[in-house]
Amino acid sequence: MFETISAFWADYGNVLIEGTWETLIMVVLSTVLAYVIGVPLGVALIVTQPQGIRPHKGLYGVLGWIVNIGRSLPFAILLVAIMPYTRFLVGTAIGVRGAIPPLVISAAPFVARMVETSLSEVDAGVVEAAQSMGASPLQIVRKVYLPEAMPSLVLGGAISVVTILAYTAIAGMVGAGGLGSIAIQYGHNRGITSLMWVTVVFLIIFVQIVQWVFNWWSKRIDKRLK
Amino acid sequence: MSEPIIQIQNLSKVFGSGETAVHALDQIDLEIQPGEIFGIIGLSGAGKSTLVRCMNLLERPTSGTIVVNGQHLAWVEEDGRQSFISERELRQVRRNITMIFQGFNLLMQRTCLKNVCFPMELCGVPAAEARKRAEELLDLVGLKEKAGAYPAQLSGGQKQRVAIARALATNPKVLLCDEATSALDPTTTTSILELLKDLNHKLGVTVVVITHQMSVIEEICTRVAILDGGVIAEQGAVEEIFSHPTTDAARRLVYPGGVSVQQYPAGTHAVRVAFNGGTAYQPLIASLAIDCGVKVNILGADTRNIDGKAFGTMLLGLPDDPNDAARALSYIRSQPNVTAEEVEYHV
Ligand SMILES: Nc1ncnc2c1ncn2[C@@H]1O[C@H](COP(=O)(O)OP(=O)(O)OP(=O)(O)O)[C@@H](O)[C@H]1O
Ligand SMILES: [Mg+2]
Repeated sequence: MFETISAFWADYGNVLIEGTWETLIMVVLSTVLAYVIGVPLGVALIVTQPQGIRPHKGLYGVLGWIVNIGRSLPFAILLVAIMPYTRFLVGTAIGVRGAIPPLVISAAPFVARMVETSLSEVDAGVVEAAQSMGASPLQIVRKVYLPEAMPSLVLGGAISVVTILAYTAIAGMVGAGGLGSIAIQYGHNRGITSLMWVTVVFLIIFVQIVQWVFNWWSKRIDKRLK
Repeated sequence: MSEPIIQIQNLSKVFGSGETAVHALDQIDLEIQPGEIFGIIGLSGAGKSTLVRCMNLLERPTSGTIVVNGQHLAWVEEDGRQSFISERELRQVRRNITMIFQGFNLLMQRTCLKNVCFPMELCGVPAAEARKRAEELLDLVGLKEKAGAYPAQLSGGQKQRVAIARALATNPKVLLCDEATSALDPTTTTSILELLKDLNHKLGVTVVVITHQMSVIEEICTRVAILDGGVIAEQGAVEEIFSHPTTDAARRLVYPGGVSVQQYPAGTHAVRVAFNGGTAYQPLIASLAIDCGVKVNILGADTRNIDGKAFGTMLLGLPDDPNDAARALSYIRSQPNVTAEEVEYHV
């Protein structure tokens, strides 16, 4: 048993370590960038909605449209469709670098909706109280919406990370690297099923850890629970 | 009389339009004097919240003039157009006219101290200074030891105290209270009302109290306006309105249990008794008979016994004999936590 494992590790250890590393980089970078775009979008949706603190029909409509279009494109199709732009943007359409633009473009609208949902859970009365004290819209976003919604935003973060992880596996099919690529290249193309199953286990562990960490984090910061 | 601190003229608010339009306020005229505790009472849907929310423009009236502390928030131009103060100026005004709510509306992710700091953060008070003032304010509302607690750890009454401290942080001239005690039990209600009275006295802050509870008005207000279907049915000194309600709307509120005064012959001698947490009412009626030998009729009652204490009001018909009536009245008045006013009947 031990010999089988060490032989397996001697053969594929490096591949697995590299794949895990690539997956981590893709997930972390895309998540961060998706939030950089998604949070302002989500905030803008909440602020400009008809009941919002700065209602704006036109802007709300346009943003809603953009987000819906982004959400309705399947990742696999978007990935292929924007390849020329990806190449233009980062110089290549393959590898970890090439995977980042489609991952971000796909995840940002998703994140925007998550953020919108989290912020909409903030008690309207609290927002109104802030208004009654003379808070500007920017102050309400920074001092009321975001801090009050933080536990919920963190929980949403876990969902975003797991979703992006799933996307990276799809990106792996077209040579993005990472655990997804290993499963396809070795498991499917070369018939090394053991390696494929190991990547599956790695992915499961990854998802479990993410969920556990984000749950713990959300609980830790939520002052409503104490 | 000095310049009113809040002046409202011809204020109307219509929600929606066409068939489904709701006339929440209809040509309201109202003046509130600096330093007074002014009550606005009315049944559910009368427009109380809408009216008070117009006072800080949380709600924009359809038409009318609103002047707060000498500053015009809303006015009608000469050509009839309705105008409002700019957003920027409004934010300044709102430091002078703050509000507390039925649901407290505290920031749940901030400590009590940080909640009180919040309005000061908004207007750029240095952190150390804000902290110091917040501590003083928490002390003032009797919650010094809860500075580091989060709202989720407080009772309803304590939350409202924090909300009051927060509302006072910017040294406002006016404090608006929209059903501020409606979510609280009677004992806590009384303590919050005492606090408001105390703050009004100590700080000179004008307090506007919105409520559907007669007892709240009785406990702290000097003047009251009765709102009914979007119009002010009656306004004046509290004792005046309570002893001589002249409109149906006022009578509905003043006479407990929805008693229609027309049911009783003109000239019936009656007294309106308010229980503010003293002894239960049954013993009062009984001991009235035993101690004074006077029998009274309960014409109507809207009282609740909570932990053996009575809250609410009761309308008692006094005997025709003036001596008996006078004795009964003075006996009732001698009871702790009970106030009694003679009531006139209008047919
Ligand atoms: N945003 C709104 N849109 C439409 N109608 C409204 C709105 N706000 C209030 N109204 C209507 O205006 C009327 C007055 O409402 P308001 O909330 O001022 O009453 P209230 O006296 O405060 O009642 P309550 O004691 O139940 O709080 C009601 O008929 C209500 O349905
Ligand atoms: Mg109301």
